[in-house]
Parts: sequence; structure tokens; C-alpha cells
Amino acid sequence: EVGVRAGGGNDIQWCFSQVKGAVDDDVAEADIISTVEFNHSGELLATGDKGGRVVIFQQEQENKTQSHSRGEYNVYSTFQSHEPEFDYLKSLEIEEKINKIRWLPQKNAAQFLLSTNDKTIKLWKISERDKRPEGYNLKEEDGRYRDPTTVTTLRVPVFRPMDLMVEASPRRIFANAHTYHINSISINSDYETYLSADDLRINLWHLEITDRSFNIVDIKPANMEELTEVITAAEFHPNSCNTFVYSSSKGTIRLCDMRASALCDRHSKLFEEPEDPSNRSFFSEIISSISDVKFSHSGRYMMTRDYLSVKIWDLNMENRPVETYQVHEYLRSKLCSLYENDCIFDKFECCWNGSDSIVMTGSYNNFFRMFDRNTKRDITLEASRENNKPRTVLKPRKVCASGKRKKDEISVDSLDFNKKILHTAWHPKENIIAVATTNNLYIFQDKMN
Amino acid sequence: MKVNKTAFSLSAHPVMSELHVGTVALQCSPSAVFVWEMEDKVISPEKAEEAKLKARYPHLGQKPGGSDFLRKRLQKGQKYFDSGDYNMAKAKMKNKQLPTAAPDKTEVTGDHIPTPQDLPQRKPSLVASKLAG
Repeated sequence: EVGVRAGGGNDIQWCFSQVKGAVDDDVAEADIISTVEFNHSGELLATGDKGGRVVIFQQEQENKTQSHSRGEYNVYSTFQSHEPEFDYLKSLEIEEKINKIRWLPQKNAAQFLLSTNDKTIKLWKISERDKRPEGYNLKEEDGRYRDPTTVTTLRVPVFRPMDLMVEASPRRIFANAHTYHINSISINSDYETYLSADDLRINLWHLEITDRSFNIVDIKPANMEELTEVITAAEFHPNSCNTFVYSSSKGTIRLCDMRASALCDRHSKLFEEPEDPSNRSFFSEIISSISDVKFSHSGRYMMTRDYLSVKIWDLNMENRPVETYQVHEYLRSKLCSLYENDCIFDKFECCWNGSDSIVMTGSYNNFFRMFDRNTKRDITLEASRENNKPRTVLKPRKVCASGKRKKDEISVDSLDFNKKILHTAWHPKENIIAVATTNNLYIFQDKMN
Repeated sequence: MKVNKTAFSLSAHPVMSELHVGTVALQCSPSAVFVWEMEDKVISPEKAEEAKLKARYPHLGQKPGGSDFLRKRLQKGQKYFDSGDYNMAKAKMKNKQLPTAAPDKTEVTGDHIPTPQDLPQRKPSLVASKLAG
């Protein structure tokens, strides 16, 4: 029997911590969460939504008296990152939906992040202001100018403390470099450059330079009739600044080395699991499309997510993954309806924990799954307001694929396919996870002592 | 009788993933490899789903992931006649009361030729995210 036993020695016991967002069932489209990302220290947690807004949460400093729980995440800053635009040439709307947020490592007092919609990437600076100058000679406190003839003495203005104000300002706008829709951005380990990938091309940027970018991958065929695959995700290697990978709609991953040539159309490595031709069906290619690719923190492995599974690849072995985890195999016998309601095209993301020992991904019915690579155990949990009490351990869920449904199990036909968890994030150091349902953000923590 | 061979091998693969309906669970040592022959009538669930889909949509293309599908993906988003049409559509979403000019029901794009009074203000009021509430 698979499942993480509560109370086991090394098993994590997940507890509800917080939930953000509206309670009502009537979800405005703008409130649909489209990306979730912790920063490098885990102190900040950013979300992006379909309305082009970014909300950043900050973890409270740990309270010495409250040793049983870690700090809560509270709103730190919120701003409108992107707005809808109109592409005059194609007469198409450019959605303001935030596709991805990526944090830069902190170099000074301010925080920086990249956010992108389908066409434009923006570098945002988030800075704190906790003091303001007072005692100007020519201005009153409310800002009105004083009549210079009334000034009889001079004073030196001083800084006085004020209520903390967090300001977000766009520092760079990287526009007009993508004909197709941007699906990924990834910051290089050199912390100076980053890549952006759309369906057919990948560009390399310098964070300081907005009027130029280098095209490093171009898979657009000369004749569009010959188009057979698109780029679905891309990421820089965490340690090697010359290495990146990109995944395709055909289930392949290509690793490229920028030292080999300026245009990395020829891959250095091609990762693909051979398919049994007798098992091929109409759905094979669609469900093999990779929706997310993530390097492990160590840089030795990478994880891919396709419709039904999560695969771990060793960068030294191209011909098959070293581990495969089934996320919701019971959906294989529902592919026809999932194709009809378009769910088969849902793009699930995946993530690693800080030590690369556990991987997590979302599913339907607001379920999410975790796979422990060492113990080989897996667990299904649910993000729901019914498990609202902090420090109560979440109960594992079980889907009954066929046959007699046991008590507490849910049958496949009862699953709500509108409740999808596409975006999840794991704190880089602690066992704290952020799970996004359609319009709510859940934060879970492991039970301490 | 034709026999559909389905090979199922237990290799030194570290994870024995969930088996889907239609195969049989085997207990054996990691070094053994079994080929389990199945009768013609036992089809994989994926192929059964494919048959279902083809029955409902007999004209579905031979190449599933082919050019048409990908090209539709590349051009996502609703096409508008022009920027005026786009702005009118946006105004209709945000402001339920439209000006009283009679809409021309035969027009495919847009409702009527906009006059300066009809056009919305350039920047609509920004609503904060409910996550920050």
C-alpha cells in the first residue's frame, strides 16, 4: 500500500498554515493565479494572476515565544505588472496574464524580480522606505512651497522614521523580441543574463540591456506547414552558466551548450524515452508533451512533467529517465472526455524540495501529489478550506480507479476537473509549500515537534 | 486466433509505478523478465479511449499533433477587426451601460461606429488582487 504514514520517523506531516484569496465560488477571471514563486531565501513569496497583478508575501520573523510554528506570510507588496495591450499588426489582444515570475538573488537592500506575460518581460525593483526627510527650508511639511522672503533662518533637513512603505518600480522593460507567446524565463547563474522562451524561439538577454537580445534557439521551419513541435519550457542550469535545456511538445528535452556555437539549434544532448510503437494511440503525442522542466538544486538531475507523470532524468543518461512517478494514471481511461473538455492540454508544473529528495506536482480536484525519491513513498493531499485548522495534520487522499470504492476514497468520476492545481512551490530551505488552486493560495508547513 | 503480445518487463527500475487497468501485477525477482501474452480482446485503456473518440468524431485528422493543431496553438487569442473594435469590446465588459445608439445587428464586428462620447476613458480603474485583501 502506498502512502505516507502519519507519525512515521522521517515522513513529513503536513499541516494547514494559511489560505489567501476570496472565499466565494464565483471566480473573476482576473483572480486566476497563474504563477507562484519563492525567492532564494524563502522569505518572500510572489504570485502572479491573469489580471496582470503581482502580490508578494513576506514571512514574519520567527517569534521566540511561538516556537511551534514558523512565521506567517503576510502581504508585503502588490502592484500591476502588466496591462492588456492590442497588437495592431495582428489585430489580436495581448493578454496581461503573468506567465512566470523569477526572482533575482538579493544583492543589496532592494529585491528584484522578472515578470513576464506573452510578449514583454519586466524587471521590477521592490524597495523599502522607512524614513523620510523633514525640515526643508523652502517647503512646508505638506509640500507647499514657502515664500523665500519669509525665510529668516536656515536649518539642516533630517531623516525621521516613518511607517514602512514598500514600493515597486519597473526598472527595465524587455519588449518586442518575441513573435510567439513567452512560456518561460530563467535567470542564468552568472546573475547577469537570462533567457526567455516562446513557442519557437529562445532569446538571451543581459539584465542591463533592453534594446538588444540574442536569439540562441530557433526551431521555426522555413515552411510553417512542416511544423511538428513547439518549445514548451526552458531553464538555465543552476551552476553551469553555459548550459540550458528546453522541452518540446513531443516529449523531448534538449540540452544546449552556448560555448558550442552562437545559435544552439544543434543540441549537445537529446533526452527522450523510447516509445513502444504498438502502444501508440491518438493521444500519445498529446500526453507526452512536457509542460514543465526543472533542474534539481544540485544540477545533476532534471525533472519533467507530462500529462500523466513526472520523470527524473540524470543528465548523464539520455535514453531514458532514471525515475518515473505516476501522478494520476487512472486518467488514462478517461482520455477521450479529457480531450473533449480540453483538460488534456492543461499545463501542470512541478517542483523540487530544497534537498532534492522530494518532488511535488498538482492534479485535479484540488489534489496535489508528492513523491519521496528515497523511500519511494508518495502521498496525495487536498488544498481545501475544510482542513482549516492550523497544526492539524492533513489527511491523505485516495482515488479509487475502478472496482469497489472504499470508505474515504473518491471515485474518478467524482473528481472535479475544474479544480486544478497547476502551480506549486517549495520553500528553498524549509518544509513550507505554497499551493495555488484556481484563485486561492494555500500555505502548508510540516508539523514541528 | 491472433494474439496481441504485450510485453511487460520488470527491470531493475527503481520505482514500480501504478499499474493501469488491463495489466496484471507480477511478483518476481528484479532480474527476471516476463512477456505476458494477452488475448486480442484486451486492449489498452488508451486505445479504447482512442476508439471512443474516433466513434464520436470520425473525421478527426490522421495526424493528431500535426500542423493544424500546433498552428492553432501558436495563434491563441481572439481576433478583433481593429483597435476600435477591441476598445469597444473592452468597454462593454467593464461598463454595462452602453450609449443609446442603435446597434446594427447584421454587423459581424463591433456594434456601431464609435463617436468620441462612446469611447471609454483610456485607463480603467485598477482593481486590487483579492489575495492582498
